[in-house]
Amino acid sequence: MLGYTDKIKEISERLLKEGKVDMVIGFKKGTMPMMNEPCVIKKAEDAGKLVWDSNCGINLANYLTDRKEKIGIIAKGCDSRNIATHIVENKIRRDQLVIIGVPCKGMIDRHKIASMSETEILSVTDAGDEIIVKAEDSEKTLKKAEVLQKNCAVCTHRNPVIYDELVADLVEEQKDADRYADVREIEAMSAEEKWKYFDDLLAPCIRCYACRNACPLCYCPTCFVDESRPQWVGKSTDPMDTRTFHFLRAYHCAGRCTDCGSCERACPAGINIRVLTKKLEKDCFESYGWEAGLTTEDRPPLDTYKLNDPEDFIK
Amino acid sequence: MKVIKIDKKDWAGGLGKLSDAYRLFGPVKDKDVSDFKELAAGELPDFDFLNTNLSAKSAVFPQNEVMFEYSLDESQEDHHIMKEPEKDYSPRAVIGIRPCDAAAFLLVKRNFDTPEYKDPYWIRAYEASTFVGLACNDPGKTCFCTTAGCGPFHEDGLDVLIADAGDHFLAKAITEKGEALLQAAGWGAEADGGQIETMKKAAEAKISSTVSTDSLKDKVTTELYDASFWEDTAFACLNCGTCTYVCPTCWCFDIQDENYGKAGIRMRNWDSCMYPLFTIHGSGHNPRGTKTQRVRQRFMHKLKYYVDKYGAGIQCVGCGRCVRLCPVNIDIREVCEFMNSYDPAATTCKAA
Ligand code: SF4
Ligand code: SF4
Ligand code: SF4
Ligand code: SF4
Repeated sequence: MLGYTDKIKEISERLLKEGKVDMVIGFKKGTMPMMNEPCVIKKAEDAGKLVWDSNCGINLANYLTDRKEKIGIIAKGCDSRNIATHIVENKIRRDQLVIIGVPCKGMIDRHKIASMSETEILSVTDAGDEIIVKAEDSEKTLKKAEVLQKNCAVCTHRNPVIYDELVADLVEEQKDADRYADVREIEAMSAEEKWKYFDDLLAPCIRCYACRNACPLCYCPTCFVDESRPQWVGKSTDPMDTRTFHFLRAYHCAGRCTDCGSCERACPAGINIRVLTKKLEKDCFESYGWEAGLTTEDRPPLDTYKLNDPEDFIK
Repeated sequence: MKVIKIDKKDWAGGLGKLSDAYRLFGPVKDKDVSDFKELAAGELPDFDFLNTNLSAKSAVFPQNEVMFEYSLDESQEDHHIMKEPEKDYSPRAVIGIRPCDAAAFLLVKRNFDTPEYKDPYWIRAYEASTFVGLACNDPGKTCFCTTAGCGPFHEDGLDVLIADAGDHFLAKAITEKGEALLQAAGWGAEADGGQIETMKKAAEAKISSTVSTDSLKDKVTTELYDASFWEDTAFACLNCGTCTYVCPTCWCFDIQDENYGKAGIRMRNWDSCMYPLFTIHGSGHNPRGTKTQRVRQRFMHKLKYYVDKYGAGIQCVGCGRCVRLCPVNIDIREVCEFMNSYDPAATTCKAA
């Protein structure tokens, strides 16, 4: 990934020096293993802080919302799709952006890797197709393909869909990925099994909203769960209120979610929360042949209306 | 006070006896994640953890707590009258709390139990509790307790300190409450206290993470407030509130009424200064309307306002949870360093 990092630094430095952008949004090295911190670079001489490796899973489109500056932004496949969604939804203008595209090879699952180690992990480093995990008393080499974030393992848009600069040659897209195996498994359950599955899934939720806040789609000035005059949803960890939050949020993301996995990555309780949005992503794909964020021309299916809609109920 | 040796084979039996006299709380694991729960009959606390995901504060200060109940049914005589619900304040024992979390109780006590204000819910639960601490033989990489006012074998806030010595535990009674608990469990074999001291030194030597806090009190509040580093520090923050929910020393709560038909409750829920709603006024104006302001508030409160107000160190016990669980790696140790070493002269405009 060193090549990527060098190129990112070089492009960012140039853009800042030439005054093409006021800032570059990217990642800097974190203080914890498997954590890089989203950061903003405003001076060309600081571009050296930027890094790239398999720990850049947070979706940077989230940091663009309603900004007014000219911005250079590092964008892997999914970030670029959320940038496109942002442009369509008027959360940023295309001409404000210089998109520095990163052909992505997938991000690693920090929760999974942490749970694989008996002792505390000291460092995790990329080595091509392998990941070296150092812990107190051991060093393990893992195949990156086996520890990818679940969404990355089935991602079919690793290359950025819109970009102005590219940090490396485009990568080959995954063709044989079975994108919806996990959703099908749940779809096949009986109603009781589903109920139990979702109860179990959401039981550890503390309603911190890290999942929502890590999501570039969740930019409402006041989220429905935060409405307080009057409340729309109860604010405790009552299971019904917690479910209401999660199911409604998922529906608000229908047709817009790019399955970037930021929500799941951010959750402090390690909840596999992406299965909800994934189901809707599948429905949009199967019902409308729609994948979010592939173009800046079309609006997402659930906020458009066509006179020749084939469904009767809408006429 | 005296040190008792508890053979591990007598552990479950002792806890069994305790459960007659106390409600037991302890760390248990669910899908790899360790958290404090009330233990079911016969359930043992699981001591295989570095620290729990959420702190032990919930044993006294639950995330959601009913304060009052009321009825909106006007055919009832007592409609619209707030009434305190029955609650169980029988003795409870929190088994396996880490010393940092115990120290945190003393720290939040400064807020819930003051000469002027006494929070009845917190105080009753706190007074009903006996804290049985589990010393940290192997502190984590993100534990910086020794420079945050406590340490892996710290005793303040605990009633008993237990150290794992292989095939047995050493239990040091720290308060009378603690002694009573050891007695109730039937653990009585006296042991030599020296070994705990040796283990303590070894554990403290393993702490690799530190903060410097010596200059915080001398900084000018307004200068720190206006420091230029806040913007960059806050950039990545998602304002998710995870850091405050997992923190043993964050004490803020929000009060909400919830009605179900004609019955209602007034409850309090943990709140977070990271949320815009925390400060929004009835008028709609929000004095802390931006992310940067909110992030600054969290750190200024913990590392400056609290320091100045109480003269008793920082409002952080160094448990490292916020460092481990922040989704974007905002690290209080780094921010503390920025604050502690802040020199406004070095950053003001040179031309001026
Ligand atoms: S979802 Fe695709 S583009 Fe996004 S990080 Fe994973 S592999 Fe990369
Ligand atoms: S991030 Fe996790 S714990 Fe927080 S609200 Fe979302 S699902 Fe719940
Ligand atoms: S956990 Fe991190 S991202 Fe979330 S509010 Fe705290 S500092 Fe911000
Ligand atoms: S601020 Fe962070 S390290 Fe300090 S007590 Fe709270 S969670 Fe622990």
